[in-house]
Amino acid sequence: MFLKRLLSNDMPRSRLLALLLVALFIALAFAPFIFPGVKALSVAAKILVFVVLVASFDLLLGYTGIVSFAHTMFFGIGAYGIAISATRLGPNWGGVLVGLGASLAISLLLSFAIGLFSLRVRAIFFAMITLAVASAFQTLASQLSDFTGGEDGLTFKLPELISPSFEFAEEPFLGVSLDGRLLCYYLLFVAAVVLVLALLRIVNSPFGRVLQAIRENEFRAEAIGYRVVVYRTTAAVLSALFATLAGAMLAVWLRYNGPDTSLSFEIMIDVLLIVVIGGMGTIYGAAIGAVLFVVAQSYLQDLLRIASEAASGLPWLAALLSPDRWLLWLGVLFVLSVYYFPTGIVGKLRARAVK
Amino acid sequence: MTKIDFDWKPLLLAPVLALAALPLTGSFSTWLTLTVAGLAMGMIIFIIASGLTLVFGLMDVLNFGHGVFIALGAFVASSVLGLMGDWTGSGELWRNLVAVFPAMLVAMAVAGAVGLGFERFIVRPVYGQHLKQILITMGGMIIGEELIKVIWGPGQVPLPLPDALRGSLLVGDAAISKYRLLAVAVGVVVFGVLAWTLGRTKIGLLIRAGVQDREMVESLGYRIGRLFVGVFVVGSALAGLGGVMWGLFQQNLVPQMGAQVNVLIFIVIIIGGLGSTGGALIGALLVGLMTNYIGFLLPTLTQFASIFLMVAVLLWRPQGVYPVANR
Repeated sequence: MFLKRLLSNDMPRSRLLALLLVALFIALAFAPFIFPGVKALSVAAKILVFVVLVASFDLLLGYTGIVSFAHTMFFGIGAYGIAISATRLGPNWGGVLVGLGASLAISLLLSFAIGLFSLRVRAIFFAMITLAVASAFQTLASQLSDFTGGEDGLTFKLPELISPSFEFAEEPFLGVSLDGRLLCYYLLFVAAVVLVLALLRIVNSPFGRVLQAIRENEFRAEAIGYRVVVYRTTAAVLSALFATLAGAMLAVWLRYNGPDTSLSFEIMIDVLLIVVIGGMGTIYGAAIGAVLFVVAQSYLQDLLRIASEAASGLPWLAALLSPDRWLLWLGVLFVLSVYYFPTGIVGKLRARAVK
Repeated sequence: MTKIDFDWKPLLLAPVLALAALPLTGSFSTWLTLTVAGLAMGMIIFIIASGLTLVFGLMDVLNFGHGVFIALGAFVASSVLGLMGDWTGSGELWRNLVAVFPAMLVAMAVAGAVGLGFERFIVRPVYGQHLKQILITMGGMIIGEELIKVIWGPGQVPLPLPDALRGSLLVGDAAISKYRLLAVAVGVVVFGVLAWTLGRTKIGLLIRAGVQDREMVESLGYRIGRLFVGVFVVGSALAGLGGVMWGLFQQNLVPQMGAQVNVLIFIVIIIGGLGSTGGALIGALLVGLMTNYIGFLLPTLTQFASIFLMVAVLLWRPQGVYPVANR
């Protein structure tokens, strides 16, 4: 069956999950027509980027069982690659390709070095070493301001075909003007679909099985004859490359990049939250989690604002409920979900379907 | 521990690093200033990292939330010192020290108490599961940081040094700030007490035995569980003390400081080897020296200095310089 091959034999295995995924796919595929307006389209594009970013992190955390805190570093490398090459080489496709190629090469080398070095010693060192490298990289990026634009970041132009000023049809179609922005969205959409399918292919390949075996029992996997270091490092490199591509997608969409948009540690925490809440070790969890998170990010703060105003009689409660403290509540949700829903939303749905 | 085959090579690391930097810095007085400053910074880093050696090295809890206790200690100290304005403001040294001392005690007590709750609710369900530990303690870190923002506000909080501890002494041509001397003294005390407790007392013996073989110690009738809770609390209290020292060193507190310091102490722990107090001291001194030298010679690379150091040490000894726990 064609669909089965497309999804690499990894079906949703839950009717509700399948329904959710189909609805999500349709909503994203026709987002410009269903949800008109610039803001809604930006949210949809952000979801696309995050789905790829989180799914690539899931390859590492969920399937291989190692924690990296440098995922946003590779995300940032991808975004800066596009930004710097577009600034230096001008708005043409050659520049975009050069930037993409260069950032992929840098990510490959860097992730290979970090992986080989720290995974050789002990897998838990990986978490600490990536944290150190990522924080150093962040400082470096804002210090090399001639190159990266420092704290202000870089605003740049891309080829005309995907910029908002380009219109390829006079008449709007179904009330949506056919301009470069729309084309850019669909470029992102196709990229996200291809990348997620590729990740599904990877985790369901024999290679992916070995990764899961290592996650479950490192010692036994080594005893059967798999070189654990090689597999773990390969997974780290692959996940870094996908994160780089997600970063490039973000830069192409925003036509801006700065340390806060792609490198900051907050994004790293967001990604961690999404993976755990969506469901570790299921690429689909990334999609579901990313949507929930991006929507919650937009609306939880409004909800907290209302609650905070309602609690204005009790100052300490109002301070706890202030919309600036929304990360506090996400943190609580995170801890609770690690305890009680270690398999996340997707895991829960699948477990229910089995019953 | 036999004295005969004592491993002395790591002890040479810090002197070698200092000597290697001598020709690069140019003048002798600059070198001396940098070296003393680096050693003092190393002692402060050691105080912070010593708590994590206990928690991570001995109890095998990879606590990413350790930074929260550091930040907590510093913020508590800012409140305590703020209450004792006329003691910190006076120029007499003894009155200043009397003010700093209760600040340290309160910070340690608060951090220890919070550590008790943290152990019970965050860490206890995930003993022995590294992946979950990382995730959970990271969650604890987020929550703790946000709570600090709720209590002390999201902005910067100043933590000025008491008057008599400001300024520096001139020894020959080199300037040594007074506060750093205090830091060295506190660091030496912490190291002495830790090394003595772990190496020479019965409690230390039980802890080390519990790390080696938990069940055996339990079957001999000792409540290893309670002992380990105590270790966690002491580790958190040390983090609180380190937070006070670090806060007075920086003189400026931000709620994110815990996460920033985390990176530094992880590097120290990795260099030192799991569970080794002596290793942590060497690691901290190396990091302190390296940061000061590189900060003087190549300021843009300061952030990478300690990472390079860690890479170099791990290439030499993949388990850190003095690995105690073998996991």
